[in-house]
Amino acid sequence: MKKSVFIVSAVLLLLVFLLGTFLYKSEKLDQSAKAAEQNQTFLAREHSPKLGPAEAKVHLVEFFDPACGTCRDFYPLVKDLMKANRDKIRMSLRYAPFHAGSDNVVKIIEAARKQGKFWETLEVVLASQPRWAPNHRAEVELLWPQLGNLGLDLERIKRDMYAPEIERVIAQDVADAKALNVTKTPEFFVNGRPLPSFGYDQLKNLVDDAVAKAY
Amino acid sequence: MTLEYGYMNASEPKEQDHSPESAWTLAFLAWFIASASTLGALFLSQVMDIAPCVLCWYQRIFMFPLVFILGAGLFPFDARLVRYALPLTVVGWMIALFHVLVVAGIVPENIRPCAQGIPCKDQQIEWFGFLTIPSLSLIAFSLIGLLLLLLTYFKASK
Repeated sequence: MKKSVFIVSAVLLLLVFLLGTFLYKSEKLDQSAKAAEQNQTFLAREHSPKLGPAEAKVHLVEFFDPACGTCRDFYPLVKDLMKANRDKIRMSLRYAPFHAGSDNVVKIIEAARKQGKFWETLEVVLASQPRWAPNHRAEVELLWPQLGNLGLDLERIKRDMYAPEIERVIAQDVADAKALNVTKTPEFFVNGRPLPSFGYDQLKNLVDDAVAKAY
Repeated sequence: MTLEYGYMNASEPKEQDHSPESAWTLAFLAWFIASASTLGALFLSQVMDIAPCVLCWYQRIFMFPLVFILGAGLFPFDARLVRYALPLTVVGWMIALFHVLVVAGIVPENIRPCAQGIPCKDQQIEWFGFLTIPSLSLIAFSLIGLLLLLLTYFKASK
């Protein structure tokens, strides 16, 4: 008797939990479809670094943090995804520097952009991430030596990185991230729709869906 | 039933509890509240993606093990589970109370422990105007504590 009361309660609690999870997730999926339209205002900004042809109908937006390990792991995957859907997809990169000190790294990448070396710098920054971000803290002093072989004018970067327009770019991205409820990185939006749950397969499905719908 | 009494007597030969049924029920209710609170906390963080603040983590540290300590004390019933569960409940209760006071603004800003990261003062949920996550936690710890104290009282009045 007691044992069955116990077991029935345990099963009941778990069922309520699972049912709640299911209901919450499906409700959220509904909302995200509706929110996709509204999201557009916060997603597309002139200032963001872009990849892919401007007329592509599928727009992938990634919020990323240069000090985030998962963003580093996703970089080659996203590149493959772009390659696989060439001419159909374009991408915008947005900043969500959540790690301590990583806003300074964003400033350096943006300053390198003024020298026309955005993507090269970004790749080196991500590749050398373990060396300049020990313990999840971005240390600019450790990053400088990694940028030596890019042919960048480092002195100019040190001056440019504090430019007000770069501050504005970061402030805008952080504000948009907040408006879109981006709390973890990387976060992806495909034509305004966020990932249903986090993972590469989910991202690939979302992109494939959008491509199939648009073409 | 007789089998379970047998179990109980085997583990507690000197105890002559007049109301083992009520004692068991009290412990079971405490377990139920702890389990519901644990699943609720997991729902908030894992399903709704509300990141727990520092104070929430400390309350979790004291709530989650109650599920297993109280659960293990139910079969066979061991009234000494109060000894093991009550310290966790009391400390968890104090942290929950502190958290409620932080939210209410009664604890001054400068001794708030979570200035960085996720602010403990921000309330993501407010049901019926007063039920916030920390107040739910305080209610849960209070109920578990009361049930466990009642259980000791039952034991003492044999």
